[in-house]
Amino acid sequence: MKRLMNLRPTKPFRIGLGILPFIIILVIYLAASNVRLAENSRDKLLPSFDSFVSAIQRMAFEPSKRTGEILLWADTFASLERLALGVGISALIGLTLGIINGLIPLASAPLSPLVRTLSLIPPMAILPILFIMFGLGEASKVALIVIGIAPFIVRDLQQRVAEIPSELLIKAQTLGASTWLVIVRVVLPQLIPRLIDAVRLSLGAAWLFLIAAEAIAATEGLGYRIFLVRRYLAMDVILPYVAWVTFLAYVMDASLRRLSKKIFPWYHGNGVQAEG
Amino acid sequence: MSFIHVDNVWKEYTENVVLEHLTLRVKKGEFVTIVGASGCGKTTFLKMLLGEVSPSRGKILLDGKPLAVEPGPDRGIVFQRYSVFPHLKVLGNVMLGLELQQSRVLGRLFGDKRRLAQQLACEMLEAVGLSHVLDKYPSELSGGMQQRLALAQSLIKQPLILLLDEPFGALDPGMRADMHQLILTLWRNMGLTVFMVSHDLKESFYLGTRLLVFDKVRHDPQNMNAFGARVTYDIPLGSVDNSLCQEIEKYSSPKQIVANLE
Ligand SMILES: Nc1ncnc2c1ncn2[C@@H]1O[C@H](COP(=O)(O)OP(=O)(O)OP(=O)(O)O)[C@@H](O)[C@H]1O
Ligand SMILES: [Mg+2]
Repeated sequence: MKRLMNLRPTKPFRIGLGILPFIIILVIYLAASNVRLAENSRDKLLPSFDSFVSAIQRMAFEPSKRTGEILLWADTFASLERLALGVGISALIGLTLGIINGLIPLASAPLSPLVRTLSLIPPMAILPILFIMFGLGEASKVALIVIGIAPFIVRDLQQRVAEIPSELLIKAQTLGASTWLVIVRVVLPQLIPRLIDAVRLSLGAAWLFLIAAEAIAATEGLGYRIFLVRRYLAMDVILPYVAWVTFLAYVMDASLRRLSKKIFPWYHGNGVQAEG
Repeated sequence: MSFIHVDNVWKEYTENVVLEHLTLRVKKGEFVTIVGASGCGKTTFLKMLLGEVSPSRGKILLDGKPLAVEPGPDRGIVFQRYSVFPHLKVLGNVMLGLELQQSRVLGRLFGDKRRLAQQLACEMLEAVGLSHVLDKYPSELSGGMQQRLALAQSLIKQPLILLLDEPFGALDPGMRADMHQLILTLWRNMGLTVFMVSHDLKESFYLGTRLLVFDKVRHDPQNMNAFGARVTYDIPLGSVDNSLCQEIEKYSSPKQIVANLE
């Protein structure tokens, strides 16, 4: 008998094992829901399957009576726009400051301590300041995401620049590169896949800040909706929304990973093929 | 006039004296091999020639003028590791030098200029025997192929001086012999001045026209770092003869071999 640590499941067995916990949770949920509904048919805490179906039908496929929009799509679109803006701006800031701080000592001397300090400010604590400065519109929500994740991306990329072997930077100089050319031909191309990694790591935080901002002041958005229907204990809406947010987060993460593997085969070590 | 003049150069890192009293004249076209104990400052010396590190005292003259204090295209280098760019394919690695030189904003060439650069790079890769892997990334190459790529990449700039820091340390003997032939051919054809650090004495004797041995001559038992290494032996090497090489193989440390030569 092999040691436990050396036992590996075969592929179909592994996939089966992967699905198993989800099935167990589903069964437990349905059983618990049945018990509660049997006691009180108006119970809202653990809605039945039917109420989910009708809630999803109402939110995702029928226009709202009040606004005429299909709410789930309107919310999704509003949230994704904020998220994309926030993450995109953060990525740009991260790339620019990360390269400057990592490569140019004269610039990092004044900038590095500032970034380090800013990254320690709890973003939620300055949300009121953002609302005061940017108003309750889109800008403050995007700004919260940026303030929440940009310092992390800057510091991460600065570190990644510092990790580029000095041999490569010297080598580029012996090949005639100026500081600018070292950036565009050596540092930047090596940093993009690392930026994708940093963005993937910060997506969770970006969602957190997005939903927090939407919960406090918004008129649409996934976070706004979840917190709005909470007042009516509408678990039949909240749970599908949470599942939808989780699904979106998963798809973003997975597609960034695949994109990176496709464009930067050299970065993903053993995944290198003759022709990417 | 000598091509390179190292004039009473010292290098200190705070309290640690690494090199002291280094004086040296090197003619154009010499192949200087450098040996010495680990940590005695061989890499530091190359870095000073490269301009990455500046001497604490003394000066280095190139063609009578002070050496530029940062790395530049007149001095090429091949490091022991990390010498090629992992994000560029083989052809791209060699073309890079031409692209950087001719396109100062984008660092990329297009159209006819690009085709010309490609052609030059292909010729260079042909010379180092890598024409069959133009489209591969460095991580797909063996160690020896990566070092040949690094050589091609440096040589396409036609540097005046080529600095090699234990470039063949990680290669097996067969591969080393191939690399030796390659470097000798390129050295002769391109009229390079070469400085090569090596841990392998046999290699140093075989390749060089001149051998430098770095060693400490003064010792302070209280403080290991009080004194630096100097050039303790500066041996002109004639045309290589086999018996000498066989002789050399018997010895392991620089001191032994030099003692034997005297
Ligand atoms: N940047 C630095 N700061 C402080 N000390 C340094 C620095 N670079 C090198 N040294 C010191 O200088 C000495 C010589 O280092 P160097 O790398 O030149 O040795 P080396 O002869 O190339 O050794 P090896 O054969 O092991 O490569 C070492 O004692 C090292 O600790
Ligand atoms: Mg060394």
